Amino acid sequence: METLLNDFSIGLFFMQAAILLILIVLMRKFAWKPILDALQTREDGIQNALDAAEKAKLEMQNLTASNEKLLQEARIERDGMMKEAREMKNNMISAAKEEAQVQANAMIEQAQVAIEGEKKAAMAELKNHVASLSLEIAEKVVRQELSNKDKQLVLVDSLLAEAKLN
Amino acid sequence: MYNLIGAGLIVIGGGIGLGQIGGKAMESIARQPEAAGKIQTAMIIIGALLEGLAFGALILGK
Amino acid sequence: MVATKSIKFLVVFVLALTSFTAFAQDDAVENNLVDSPDEIREYIAHHLKDSHDFHFFTDNASGTHYGFPLPVIVWTSNGLKTFMSSAFHHDDDGEVIVDKDGAQLLKYHSKIYELENGATALSFDEDNHPTNANRVLDFSITKSVFGMILTGLLMLLGFGALARGYKKGKTIPKGFSRVLEPLVIYVRDEIARPNIGEKKYRKFMGFLLTVFFFIWILNVLGLTPLGFNVTGQIAVTACLAIFTMVIYMFSGTRDFWAHTLWMPGVPYILRPILAVIELVGFVIIKPFSLLVRLFANITAGHFVVMSLMALMITMKAAFGPVASTGMSLVLSIFIMFIELLVAFLQAFIFTMLSSLFIGMAVEEHDAH
Repeated sequence: METLLNDFSIGLFFMQAAILLILIVLMRKFAWKPILDALQTREDGIQNALDAAEKAKLEMQNLTASNEKLLQEARIERDGMMKEAREMKNNMISAAKEEAQVQANAMIEQAQVAIEGEKKAAMAELKNHVASLSLEIAEKVVRQELSNKDKQLVLVDSLLAEAKLN
Repeated sequence: MYNLIGAGLIVIGGGIGLGQIGGKAMESIARQPEAAGKIQTAMIIIGALLEGLAFGALILGK
Repeated sequence: MVATKSIKFLVVFVLALTSFTAFAQDDAVENNLVDSPDEIREYIAHHLKDSHDFHFFTDNASGTHYGFPLPVIVWTSNGLKTFMSSAFHHDDDGEVIVDKDGAQLLKYHSKIYELENGATALSFDEDNHPTNANRVLDFSITKSVFGMILTGLLMLLGFGALARGYKKGKTIPKGFSRVLEPLVIYVRDEIARPNIGEKKYRKFMGFLLTVFFFIWILNVLGLTPLGFNVTGQIAVTACLAIFTMVIYMFSGTRDFWAHTLWMPGVPYILRPILAVIELVGFVIIKPFSLLVRLFANITAGHFVVMSLMALMITMKAAFGPVASTGMSLVLSIFIMFIELLVAFLQAFIFTMLSSLFIGMAVEEHDAH
């Protein structure tokens, strides 16, 4: 301790204090302040760039999501339209079918009515024919009967056999 | 002469202390290798404090 | 490129050679080589002290000293006196007396004394302390002051260039500045920020950065063959520690003073005792440990390196010149690497503890 105190130079202490003080002031002004400021601005810049990138990424994600949504909507709309079209088609087909059915039914009915009419007319004509035929036969029978009894019978039989066809 | 005995005692004490610090730090690093940096810094600080104590005693005794 | 490299190598090589020459032959008293243990001890003790001239080595054959004198500035009883240290003719035993306007000045063991009135020669008591001369206030540009100025200029040049690089708009430094920038970031992010706190660290960055690089460069300068031992001067480390002490004492917050002087949560009788302990701790013990740590580490480092180099002389008789030189070389190179680490570590620890103490002083306790 004594030797140390003996070695302690007050002059050196003051010189050191002066040099250190001047050095701190000079270094603060000419070196540390600009360096630390530049480092700070650089770090802020990097941070800002990172933040911006993060933001851009988020925006991109949002954009993709909204795109997806739009696409989804479009798809739903398309599906809806397709479904509608299909329904319409089905409706049209069924309507056409129905109409055709109705028309066909009407036609069939008409045809039936016409056939019925024809049939009736034909029956009436047939009846007339039969009546007239029977009258003729009856006339002939009467005439033959009048001449020969056997012959009359044969005739009647043949006529009857003929008449059975109808 | 007494100075030298005192210096020896200081060195023994300081050595034990430094050994404890170093040993425990190694154990902690082995247990948690990911905290090695922090443990080293703390170890150096404690070591420096101990060193200051030992040197102070040595200087006072010189 | 090759040419500059080889020139650099040559310079380093010559410096290394001169250093060995200097350690082996320097400080020969009247052409005597330093070759006995006592002389080596004296030589080392002389190196560890500050000196008033810059002395590389001495040519023993012709008796010439290689080096240059430094200005001596002393405050004597007759006022301020300045002259070059060459006036002492390399005398360190108080034999050459320089008469400056009635002030009889002499140099003894690297310290300048003024003879009392009427005395013509230095006389000593039995402990070899001068009896008829007084120490003068010595503001000389000694080797240490020279080293500090050199370090200051180096720092201003290096970091000034880095700062100018940023000012020119280059966001990324080039060349040597690229080495300095991570160091500044290291001090800021590893030392100041965690210990002082995010909010307040900026105010102390000027001091911490300056002190860190100042100590580091001076420590490394001490390892060069130039033979500086600046951070091994107790006045220098005391000044650094007192700067730290003043800074943390003056930036203490109200919380800090409340906790130091009137510790809450402690019985009232104990509070004054605690206040005394805390005050002594902050004013004396912490700065003292700071200054002693740096001083003792660097002094011990220089002592060990020089002792190992001296092995080549002390072991010559036992092992022969080749073996002793080889042993000394291997050991001193090994210890030199450790000293390189210590040079950084001590700068780091000084700055670290300074910021730790500053952090204690500026801390805000909100949980009370």
